[in-house]
Amino acid sequence: MRYSGFKVIKEALTGHKGWLPAWRDPEPKAHYDIVIIGGGGHGLATAHYLASVYGQHRVAVIEKGWIGGGNVGRNTTIIRSNYLLDGNEPFYEFSLKLWEGLEQDLNYNAMVSQRGIMNLIHSDAQRDAFVRRGNAMILNGADAELLSEAQIRQEYPFLNFDDARFPIKGGLAQRRGGTVRHDAVAWGYARAADSRGVDIIQNCEVTGFRVENGKCLGVETSRGFIGAGRVGCAVAGNSSRLMAKAGMRLPIESHVLQAFVSEGLKPVLPGVITFGAGHFYVSQSDKGGLVFGGDIDGYNSYAQRGNLPVVEDVCEGGMAIMPMIGRARLLRMWGGIMDMSMDGSPIIDRTHIDGLYFNGGWCYGGFKATPASGYAFAHLLARDEPHETATAYRFDRFRTGHMIDEKGMGNQPNLH
Amino acid sequence: MTQNNRLNGGQIDRNTTLNFNFDGKKYTGHPGDTLASALLANNVRLMGRSFKYHRPRGPLTAGSEEPNAIVELRSGARQEPNTRATTAELFDGLAAKSQNRWPSLAFDAMAINDRFSNFLTAGFYYKTFMWPAAFWEKIYEPIIRKAAGLGSLSMQADPDEYDKGFRHCDLLIIGAGPAGLNAALIAGRSGAEVILADEDFRMGGRLNAETFAVADLAGADWAAQTVAELSAMPNVRLMPRTTVIGAFDHGIYGAVERITDHLATSPTGKPRQILWRIYAKQTVLCAGATERPIAFENNDRPGIMLAASMRSYANRWATTPAQRVAIFTNNDDGHRTAQDLHAKGVKIAAVIDTRPDAPSSMDYEVLQGAQVADTKGRLGLTFVEVARADGTNRTIECGALGVSGGWNPNVQLTCHQRGRPIWKEELAAFVPGGTLPPYMSVAGAAVGTFSTHGALKSGADAVRKALGLKGRAPAVPQAEDAPVNQTPFWYVTGCSRAWLDQQNDVTVKDVKLSHQEGFRSVEHLKRYTTLGMATDQGKTSNMGGLAIMAELAGKSIPEVGTTIFRPPYTPTAIGTLAGRMRGKEFHPTRLTPSHFWAKERGAVFVEVGNWLRAQWFPLPGETHWRQSVDREVLATRSSVGVCDCTTLGKIDVQGTDAATFLNKVYCNGFAKLAVGKTRYGLMLREDGIALDDGTAARLAEDQFVVTTTTANAARVYQHMEFVRQCLMPQADVQLISTTEAWAQYAVAGPNSRKLLQKIVDAEFDISNEGFPFMACANITVCGGLRARLFRISFSGELAFEIAVPSRYGDALMRKLMAEGEEFDVTAYGTEALGVMRIEKGHAAGNELNGTTTALNLGMGRMVSKAKDSIGSKLAERPGLNEPDALMQVGLRPVNKDDKVTAGGHLMNTNGPVDAAHDQGYVTSAAFSPTLGSMIGLGFLKDGGNRNGETLRLVSPVTNLTVEVEVVSAHFVDPEGERVRA
Amino acid sequence: MIINHPLLGPRDSAEFVYLGTANLMDRPDPDTATPEDWHDYAYLRDNPAGPHRELWFHEGGDRSILIVTRDTTTHEISSVELARNSGAQA
Repeated sequence: MRYSGFKVIKEALTGHKGWLPAWRDPEPKAHYDIVIIGGGGHGLATAHYLASVYGQHRVAVIEKGWIGGGNVGRNTTIIRSNYLLDGNEPFYEFSLKLWEGLEQDLNYNAMVSQRGIMNLIHSDAQRDAFVRRGNAMILNGADAELLSEAQIRQEYPFLNFDDARFPIKGGLAQRRGGTVRHDAVAWGYARAADSRGVDIIQNCEVTGFRVENGKCLGVETSRGFIGAGRVGCAVAGNSSRLMAKAGMRLPIESHVLQAFVSEGLKPVLPGVITFGAGHFYVSQSDKGGLVFGGDIDGYNSYAQRGNLPVVEDVCEGGMAIMPMIGRARLLRMWGGIMDMSMDGSPIIDRTHIDGLYFNGGWCYGGFKATPASGYAFAHLLARDEPHETATAYRFDRFRTGHMIDEKGMGNQPNLH
Repeated sequence: MTQNNRLNGGQIDRNTTLNFNFDGKKYTGHPGDTLASALLANNVRLMGRSFKYHRPRGPLTAGSEEPNAIVELRSGARQEPNTRATTAELFDGLAAKSQNRWPSLAFDAMAINDRFSNFLTAGFYYKTFMWPAAFWEKIYEPIIRKAAGLGSLSMQADPDEYDKGFRHCDLLIIGAGPAGLNAALIAGRSGAEVILADEDFRMGGRLNAETFAVADLAGADWAAQTVAELSAMPNVRLMPRTTVIGAFDHGIYGAVERITDHLATSPTGKPRQILWRIYAKQTVLCAGATERPIAFENNDRPGIMLAASMRSYANRWATTPAQRVAIFTNNDDGHRTAQDLHAKGVKIAAVIDTRPDAPSSMDYEVLQGAQVADTKGRLGLTFVEVARADGTNRTIECGALGVSGGWNPNVQLTCHQRGRPIWKEELAAFVPGGTLPPYMSVAGAAVGTFSTHGALKSGADAVRKALGLKGRAPAVPQAEDAPVNQTPFWYVTGCSRAWLDQQNDVTVKDVKLSHQEGFRSVEHLKRYTTLGMATDQGKTSNMGGLAIMAELAGKSIPEVGTTIFRPPYTPTAIGTLAGRMRGKEFHPTRLTPSHFWAKERGAVFVEVGNWLRAQWFPLPGETHWRQSVDREVLATRSSVGVCDCTTLGKIDVQGTDAATFLNKVYCNGFAKLAVGKTRYGLMLREDGIALDDGTAARLAEDQFVVTTTTANAARVYQHMEFVRQCLMPQADVQLISTTEAWAQYAVAGPNSRKLLQKIVDAEFDISNEGFPFMACANITVCGGLRARLFRISFSGELAFEIAVPSRYGDALMRKLMAEGEEFDVTAYGTEALGVMRIEKGHAAGNELNGTTTALNLGMGRMVSKAKDSIGSKLAERPGLNEPDALMQVGLRPVNKDDKVTAGGHLMNTNGPVDAAHDQGYVTSAAFSPTLGSMIGLGFLKDGGNRNGETLRLVSPVTNLTVEVEVVSAHFVDPEGERVRA
Repeated sequence: MIINHPLLGPRDSAEFVYLGTANLMDRPDPDTATPEDWHDYAYLRDNPAGPHRELWFHEGGDRSILIVTRDTTTHEISSVELARNSGAQA
């Protein structure tokens, strides 16, 4: 069933009787060519691109709970490709391009909204770093714009220019960055994949891998064994737990990241703002809520909730840069599990087990990567070779010394 | 205007009249009123508009769970959007505006949406606005965004202050209703340190809203008497107007105390609100319960409210939403409202009870087995249409309808650590269960014990258990103990535009559509329909939605699940969570001992981390910073300059194993460094990347003074402690940061020795022979002041760094400037410091960027192979040692007047300009007054072998392309003769 | 969170800096370790969902590094000891 304005009108006039479930609720089959573990944004996107680009139709996505219930359902919705390093920038730029055509590709309005992202600059050293980054972005075919303090004052007059502990000295803008209605991404990919025959199997937990002679034959699940030619894992914060079932230790730690939304407010913020001297970034949703966040709590956690010090730290950053939000109220805070990798960059790679593939280590930046991650993982699963934009995302880069460390913090995941 | 709907009694002070205005109209009320109760007393039911359809709305509740009556309170910079009229305390001069309407609350043009509601169903926007592709952002979304939101921000900085504090207690009791008050009494009498917090400004909870007696007193009087007794106990702290917003780990609770929100103007010096971090050994949650509505057609008109809230308005606030009211209930509690309002003289049009066997009344008509089928009234309720048990319909005229569908325990705080409530069939409600936050117990209505007696007893029991009190339990005060009769009745069959989430306009129809389209789990339901995502977090709406979904899915309610309640319990001002950390106080400001001297000299300061450092010292007539900086550089290089380098991290390393320890943390060797000598050291992280550089001076066999860069001081100290405590716990070595203990100054330039000789006490020989390059010593200056002297140079000149105890820093600076007059001594700031270090090719923060190795920095050979040090092994990985690895180089523009930009990328002169052909990048750049052109440092592929090559420096983001020549990074004195002079 | 410091009693975790897994104390023997050992030490993590031995540096206190055993699913702390007393080799 195609969605359209016409269809919405027709249904409205005929009592909405014609809407069908957005995706089926199939029983698992005995065997698939490809099984993807994880019904989050990345897993569902992988399934979609496997079916739509790589001609794979005997594909299942296995999800232990409900699809879209992980980080794609609880993030700050930002998309951007403002990366510095060559291992990352082409990948994220590819992702941004996929976002730009997503709605037409999926026939689902995920409200991709390129209202721009602005990273504020507060010191000369920061400016040097952002100039280097902006140049890297442009040299990789993305867009970047260095703004003066005066230009920022014009665009965002309500920022704290006059009483700031760390004055705003400029900014690096990416106009093509923006936000997306996050839940709709999961639903849109699920619906599109389902329409091409992908089985989305919810409430089905993987309990183990069946490996014989170094080859993965399928997965044991709470609903029985499911055979698979290839198995792809895309379970973000649960990566270590899942891959331990295959005997693997990963270069990943799971950490909690909190995010926040205010009560609905009349529009004040057109784009995304990142405060460069505190831990705070913010955008405003189409419903009017200020959606904001900051640093991870900083300790290993699977608890999906954080603590007050980081809440306070983030709000301090908010008040420092936007002192007019003091009387706006924080409505809800939540925590998600981040698969923090050892250099802050992801892994999309084979494993030492034949037929078993891994996608993870997205840190707190997985949402914006969703389309490219799905695409690149589909490519790897279908062709058994890395996608051209994801060649650096190898497991063995730590062994060989080819880390992709955007922040330069080294092998301490909570600092990325 | 008179208060037409004012009843007798109530807990308001009728002796005082308060004036207020709403949407520009003037009204009066009394102390004790909320904005909502005062408006109702003035016969105002219409207080807001809903989010999507802009339906007219009045208060649904009388408390913090209110979804509808939310307004913009106050004006100017203190304008406070989305404020619940039901909890806003009335004060004289209060001004409030309705929100989300245009041009007025009574006539809202956007109410047109309601006509099109059939098109604007749940999730409609996911299915349309996709063609043409560009239209979403250009046309559709701007329209949607314009309509978004409820209240508006003032766009001015919040003028109020906020504060934070810590409190500790043996027992935290959350909620001061019957359970909480009785719990506090028993705990207080036991001598325990108790905090009793309640969100309301009047403690007592439902006792204030009911006519029940407790221990032969009116409930409200018993509450007042109990509060009085508690306030006399020194070990009990009463915190009214305090909302416990979250239950965090290990018994830490966040609580917001409203200090001045109930006052017209804040007394000076008083914060508006305080965020308390309460550390509680035990907690008893007595948060009560929230009445739940019944969904029926057009159940959202102003005047339709929860029955118990209607009772609260009558009993506590002596007001009624209308003079003629009806009740719609499925339980006995609804009848109480009818009785109480009847007793106050309000006409009860009818009690519509879904139960065929509902109790009848002498005072008013009870329609048994009846249901509300529909309602009428554009801006407020006028009629309800009742479907009677016999199949006939009846129209009842009334201005208000109280609705009661039973009660839901307030389990929110029990879920903040991801505990899930459990379904209790006999209550048809979720109650706390499963895993509670550690050290928390729950009592009273919050655990499903709804009778007053039950609540009193349950509070007592919980406290006795929490505090481990022995002995006979004290008698529970006499109170009603009516059995709970709560059977599920969620919605009237056949209803469709029946509101569940009144603020977000989620109706029964939307839940049905959500089910039809496969969004059936509770999380999908919530996200697809936005049910429960309004400012009330679904306190009155979630259960109805869940119940309907369960029925459609053929499952039980617990099978469908419950959404996770998250902090905060009620929305919390961002300003409160930030406290005082805003504006200039956002971060602490660190000043060096000579800061005020620099200020006197007119220095321009720059933020360096939390430090403020002098950036340059403009002289009269200098109009551009470059003039000042160039002068400072040239003066230093030609005679002598002084720079405050106190901000460098300083770490004292002592112990018999101090040298062994430094040998481990630095990649180069320190074991053989002689006493009285200083050595440059490079520290690696264990992954082989450079962490920091600095010097270590051996002042004694067992004492070193290590310096770090300003930026990395804390991290290096932490790293060294890790090595000491975790990797070498047996070693005899101690560390202490002495950054704040010593003021340190670089004295640089050919005349630096001469200047220092004037202040260094005569017994210390600082001649080139007596104190050669890299020497260090404990000395005295100015006739006996202890000092440390290091002959080290960052500028490339003959230079020293001299350190004195911090309290002498200012005096030393003044002394150096005075004694230096004969050499035309110059104070120089961080800019000149930066220029000189670039001229000398010294790496700094821009080069030590967390991705560079010793090899990249041109110090590959420094990494000792003769010993093990942190990082030396992983630095050997092939990826860090590729033949064309980036190497630090110097860069000069081919055309002397061209600009060199830090952050520019290096490309070969010919060939494409793109990432694939990137040769490296510029890390630092400055104008060199010594060379008369800009110069730069950068990392270049195979840079060690490309001296003399011409490259293109491209910086598209600053529109720059220039040709640069690769040169030695040592622009000045490459042989290092000056430092040894 | 509250960390019960063996010397100072209960302290708020905000006084501490988290340094990661306590396995970082088991640095490979530089004389015998293989590159693989170094890789595993520096980069691979158990990352358990459950009890986790981890290092907290009391930066805002006495500068001790503590080994805290904390459940990563509940944040419950079951033991706290001084890293320097834990018997690692010099």
